Formats: sequence, C-alpha cells, structure tokens
Amino acid sequence: MAGLATSFGAGAASNSFNQIGDADTIFVIGSNTTEGHPIVSLHVKKALRKGAKLIVADPRKIWLAGKANVWLNQKPGTNIALLNGLIHIILKKGLENKDFISKRTEGFKELKEKVQEYDPETVMKITGVPEECLVEAAYTYATSKKSMILYGLGVSEHRTGTEGAIAIANLALVCGQIGRTSTGVNTLRGQNNVQGASDLGPYPNLLPGYQQLGDPAVRARFEKIWDVPIDPEPGLKFPHMLDAAISKKMKGLFILGGDQAHTDPNIHKVWKALGSLEFLVVQDLFHTETTKYADVILPGASFAEKDGTFTNGERRVQRIRKAVEPVAGMADWEVICKLANKMGYPMKYNHPSEIMKEIASLVPNYAGISYERLGKDGIQWPCPTKDHPGTTVMYENVFARPGGLARFVALDQIGPGEETDKEYPYHLITGRVREHYNNGSMTRRSPGIKELVPEELIEISPSDAKKLNISDGEFVKVSSRRGKVTVKAKVTDRSPKGVVFMAFHHQKVLTNVLTSHHRDPYTDTPEYKAAAVKIER
Amino acid sequence: MSDTKWKVTINGIEVECVPHETILQAAKKVGVKIPTLCHDDRLEPYGGCRLCIVHVKGVPRPLPACTTPVADKMDITTDTDSIRKIRANILELLLSNHPNDCMRCEATGDCTLQDLSYEYKVDGKRFEGEQWDLPLREDNPFITFEPNKCVLCGRCVRICNEVVMAGTIEISGRGFDSIPETSFKKPRTLDNCEFCGQCVSTCPTGALTDKRGRGKGRSYELEKVRTTCPYCGTGCNFDLNVKDGKVVKVTSALDAPVNHGNLCIKGRYGYEFIHSFERIQTPLIRKGDKMVTASWDEALDFIASKFKSLIKKYGENAVGGYSSARCTNEENFLLAKFIRTVFKTNNVDNCARV
Repeated sequence: MAGLATSFGAGAASNSFNQIGDADTIFVIGSNTTEGHPIVSLHVKKALRKGAKLIVADPRKIWLAGKANVWLNQKPGTNIALLNGLIHIILKKGLENKDFISKRTEGFKELKEKVQEYDPETVMKITGVPEECLVEAAYTYATSKKSMILYGLGVSEHRTGTEGAIAIANLALVCGQIGRTSTGVNTLRGQNNVQGASDLGPYPNLLPGYQQLGDPAVRARFEKIWDVPIDPEPGLKFPHMLDAAISKKMKGLFILGGDQAHTDPNIHKVWKALGSLEFLVVQDLFHTETTKYADVILPGASFAEKDGTFTNGERRVQRIRKAVEPVAGMADWEVICKLANKMGYPMKYNHPSEIMKEIASLVPNYAGISYERLGKDGIQWPCPTKDHPGTTVMYENVFARPGGLARFVALDQIGPGEETDKEYPYHLITGRVREHYNNGSMTRRSPGIKELVPEELIEISPSDAKKLNISDGEFVKVSSRRGKVTVKAKVTDRSPKGVVFMAFHHQKVLTNVLTSHHRDPYTDTPEYKAAAVKIER
Repeated sequence: MSDTKWKVTINGIEVECVPHETILQAAKKVGVKIPTLCHDDRLEPYGGCRLCIVHVKGVPRPLPACTTPVADKMDITTDTDSIRKIRANILELLLSNHPNDCMRCEATGDCTLQDLSYEYKVDGKRFEGEQWDLPLREDNPFITFEPNKCVLCGRCVRICNEVVMAGTIEISGRGFDSIPETSFKKPRTLDNCEFCGQCVSTCPTGALTDKRGRGKGRSYELEKVRTTCPYCGTGCNFDLNVKDGKVVKVTSALDAPVNHGNLCIKGRYGYEFIHSFERIQTPLIRKGDKMVTASWDEALDFIASKFKSLIKKYGENAVGGYSSARCTNEENFLLAKFIRTVFKTNNVDNCARV
C-alpha cells in the first residue's frame, strides 16, 4: 500500500478486474490467484482464452505457472532483483516508453543508474531465473499493447514489501503500462475489506481517508464534526501496542473482529503481550485463540446480519445487506455506539447509511458516495462529487502525487530477514488454500469444506522428501527459531527444492508459531513469506 | 473494433447493433425474449438446444439466435406459428426422456425446462421411448446430480472447462448414453473438482442442485438478499436465500458487477458458519477462570467503567483499539472515531497491514 502510494500517489489498484479479460499480456507476481482469488483468476482465464500472454513470477509451481508463456521461478525474497533485472533488459534493448517517461514521471535517471547493476547474469545468480526467461518476460511485457500486472501478498508480505511494490510500479512506469484500460498495477487484497479498512479505518498516524494527523487543517475538519480535540501526536501501531503491553505501558485493548493470537506472525510474542494486558475486550463471531485472553467477549454480527459496505480490491464500494437478525441482537456498529454513549460521548446513528454520510463529508475520495447511489454495481472511488460516476481507470492523465507526476525509486535487492542456514535449511512460505480462509473460524464451521480439507499440510518437494525419507501423508516436525509444530506432509512438485509451504487455517497446527518476526519497516507488514525452518521425521 | 453500426429489425423494432453481435444479444437489448436452454451469458455461444430459433427474412430455414451474428438490415421475427411449433416439438422430445416429477423436484420454480413446458403447453406424453434410469449421485459434500433430469445442454461441462478450466466433467458416452460425467465416473473429490458449484449455477433443470440446500425451500419461498462476499478482496456479489430467518443457500447473481454470477467454493458454500451452534450468543465476562454470560448492558457498563478507570489511572495512551479488515467500512470508521473521541488516544490500528 505504502509502495504504490510512493510511486503513484494512491495505495490502491489502478484498474478494474473486468479489464483483465481484455489485456494482451498479464504479469502475475506473488499471487497464487486461482487459490487466493479464484474469481479474479477467472478473468485471467478469460484473457488466456482470448489469446493473451501470461508471465508468472512465483517460486512455487502454481497452477498459473503451468499455463504461463514464461514462468519466472525466482527464489523466495528476490522480487526486487527480479524486477530490476527486467527493467535492465528493457532499457538495454530500448523497449522503454520514452514519451511516457519524459512526460509523466520523475526520478528516471536514478533508476536507470541503479538497474545498471542488475544485468541478467547477476540477476540469475540472485534469483535463479535463467536469462532467456528474463529476456522473454521483459520483451513480452514491454512490447504488448496492453500489459497488466496483478500482484499479491507474495510481494507485500516481505520485510521489503513496500520496496517490492515500488519495484513493480517502476516496471509499469518504464513501459508506460498504466493509465489506460487493461493495463496498470493491481494489488489483490487478501481480505474482503482490506481496501476499505485502509481507506476509512483506524491508523495511529492518519485520520480516515489517509489524511495526515499532523496537519492542523485536517484535524480541524474532524474536530468540528466530532466535537473533540484530536491529539496531533501519532499513536502506536499494533505491533508496538504489543511491545507496550509486554513492557506494561499498555493496559487495555479493544479488539474488533481480529484473531491476532492465531494469524499474527511469531505468535508466542502475541500471546505474551495479550496475557500481559490488564483488560482485553474482544468482539468476534466465534471463540478464537485471541478470545482465550479476553476479559470480556462480545458477540459479533456476521455479514449476513447487518447493513454496511465493503470496498473491494479494485476500489469498488459495495453494499452488504442484512438478511437475518444478529445472533445476539446487535450489529457491531450498534455496539460501538452504545459503548460510546455509556462512556459519555454521544454517538447516534439510526442506520449505517448515516455513518456513510459522515464518511462522505470527511473523506474526499468517498465524498460522492451514498447508499442511495450504490445500487447494484457499487461505485469505484475516487468519487469526489455526488454526480461523479466513479473511477474505473486511475491516472489516465495525472498521477495522484503532488505535481501529478509518478515517481521512480531506485532500489537495491535486500533478501529476507531470515535466510536459511545449516540448522534451518528450508524456506517456509505461508499462504492460503482455496477452500479455507485465514484462521478458518468461518470455513471450518461450514460443513463440507471441513470434510474436504480437514487438516493442515506442509507441501514439500519430492527431492527434499526423498532426502529426509518422508513419505506422503506422514507426520513431520517442523521447527523454526521461534517454535515447533507437527504437521502432515504432502509431497508435491508444486514446492521447489528447499522450499516448503503451509497454510494457517487450523487451530491444531498454529503455523504462525514458526513465522518470522521480521516486518516491513514502513508498514509493519509481517514477513509471512520467508522463515527458515528445519524438518524432521 | 470498428465503429460500424448496423440497423437490425426484431419483431418490427429497430435495433442498432455492432458487428459480431448475435441475434440473441440484439434481442436482449430491446427486451425481446427468446427462449434458450443451452445459453448462459458466461459461456461462448453453443447452438445446442435449438430452442432459440428465429425467422430471418430471406432465409428459407430458421436460424439459432444464439450463434447467428447480426447483419446490416436484417429483419428478424422471433415468434411465429411455425417457430412455436418447432420449439414445442423440441420440448416434447426433451420431455420424452425426463422424469417429469416436478411436484417433488428440487428445481421446481427455478427450472427453465418447466417454465418453457408451461409456456409452450407440452407435457411429454406425445413421444414414447426409452428413458434413462440412472441412479442419483450424491457422493460428495456439495453437489447432487440427478442424471435422469439432464437435457444434455452441455452448460455444466462448458462452464467447468471454458470458464473455470477445472476439467472436472465432460460429456461421456455416445448417443443415448451421453451424459456429463467425471472421468471414470469417480466421485467428485478435491483431486478432480474445485467445488465451485458453477455447474449447479448454470444447470437449467433439476439435474444439478446444491446438496446442502435441498429440501430447505422452493425458490419462490426464498427471500433473496443481494450482498457482497465476506471472504477475499475480490468483492463478488451473490444472493443469500433466506427462509424463516435462516440462510438456506447462496445463489448466483448473474448481474453482479465483478463476478457476473461466478463464485468459488467459499462464496457459494462457505455460508453455514452463520448459523453455527458455536457462534458466541451473548456477551461473556471473565470471572476467575470462567467466562460468565452477561446482558449487553452489564457487559458494556463493565467495559465502560473498566476503560474509564484505566484511563484515569494510567492516562489515555495506556489504552487502544484494533479493528479488522473483515468488518465493514462503517464499523472501521466508527472504531477510528470511537478511539479518538471516547478513549481520546491515537492508539488505534487495523489489521489491513497483515
């Protein structure tokens, strides 16, 4: 998110999913789209049927890799070198879009100098990707009329996640593959409302709409409507709240709909922090690892039990509608209001549409959005006025940065925070499987899905399995510097040699005791995609 | 695409069309309904069922609307006596090998074959011949297959291969024995099927139905509530089908802006957590090692007094809040507001970074 904001000015996908089908070339990097975002993958498949070319960059031999014209099987944690290498080839062969670079970007000189260092031979050494694949990918992406990039958490969930996104933006800008239909850089959001929670939600240093807390004019607008003074000093990000809890500075916490004691990395530390709090309130649908630490548990309302909106990965604000009554009688927004009133701050809304009205009055990108307008198609922000139709293609004429130009950033390859070594020789990537969702609290309670995928598996390559004398279906012990789990092995050539894969959907095998404590320093996004582990029978 | 515009007349109504548009698409634009069984907007035109035949002036034989592209000045009639007769014949033939057990069929009220038989006043008694007597297949968690109700329109097979590219089913056998089947008639498992239920969503009869929704209500008894999927960030829309205060199944919304009726296993079949007995039913307050049930007022009063005293004792910055990318925009906004206006701290974050 921070990455694309640096390059383009807004941390959001540039184009719509419906445009994928008309792209000439699709470059998928760090996304197992057919499993993580099955319906986005249907758009990709549509493009393939129409003859589009596909470039896939992923260490694992995912389904799309089998359909790709070029598969770049880079080693985990080498995205930046790979992307710099592609730009190197493009510049060397003169395939860049000179007109676009001169008219719509700044900082090209620095980038050009930096990528000099990333000749194919060097890149091959770092990433393990053969030169001919790099050349073909670079040529295909640069020379197609409409090339579109889809990237996922395989880019973001590294300690260099922000840089990874910037490196992708650099590639798109060099080729002018942005600002038109069926081009652009599109992030695939992991959760239903990542985009909306980012747009409108709570940040310790930002007010809703990515508006700077430090800006007195911004604060004044919020203070006027909210009728309280707002502290200009940024608060703590969640990982730092946990640190503060351990050092006894943080005493009380209200967690709405999160299961950090299951899904956060390095969870031993999370457990310690939650255990150190004097008072913890958790609101959720189900008992989770996190509710175990709660002093008060409040029942949450599911998506079927309340009205509201989600904003999807292409910035589309869409309605959810109440179909049945909340199990415990109150929707989450009503609970927040009631608690505010009890604590002496009057908060009165009759319906979520009134909250959206307040959002529209404070957040410029949502200013034209109201429940009356959302209808059946929703609206894609930016939607600055009540008669604005919404935006399907961003940056057609200007970028969202001050001055309107996109910015190149020269980047160095930095590997994962934790490299493999003699003691922990395997590289663990975590992610989702198609059938389950995150902590699994919903999908594991959906009969049928539970039967199909009843347990966690570790995917291991046939050669590693042979070396370790592990057979398919056998239980193995997996440990990292932080913890240990026992899990059933699945021997598959989807995993390359030296790389293993686990999901994190089951409470019996808490994958996140293994994952790395390293984080992206800009966003504090955890490095879920790179931990060093050992495997024993 | 060129800017060529053609004028076409359908039942006397003039329609402006572009090259490559089909007669069926042109008719849809002006609200002329042409019956189809094998057509689904998500699929390539197929021309299998021949129910969409229309009369084109100057052409001596009827043409299928779904596969025939329009031409400039084409004059089309969709509903003549002879065309109705042919359509009725086709339906009679289909019904001659159909159980005709609408009174207990899961698809009643949601079946194109039933609707067309009603419209064309046919009952399946005209032609007598051999009938399938194949067993019902339910050897998987989600999809029930009643082969005897199949009309071989091929929609299930095409959506599986064209759209999903899963290759789970194919028309197997020849002639009278043709039937959509998995290879070697193996049960559907994750080895051969994604369980996206796309085949169910496109089936025009009761041959393929959602196993878990069977017997829980006819389509006309169900209230359909359009909503957005709560799982990944794609933003698919679908209809929650509600009866007696319970969600009994999920059905495709063909006019959904992102997914156009397509869904994955989680969107279509991941809804039953809503009514899980494991849902937290009431607020709970910790008393020693136990969590004790409480009323909303008790719990919220307790939370309010506890946070107030923490703030009084340790200051505003000793408390904080954390919201979720699973919650709505309105809830996220409200929590951001709540922490700043009630707790009066900026210690507020959300899991979107994760």
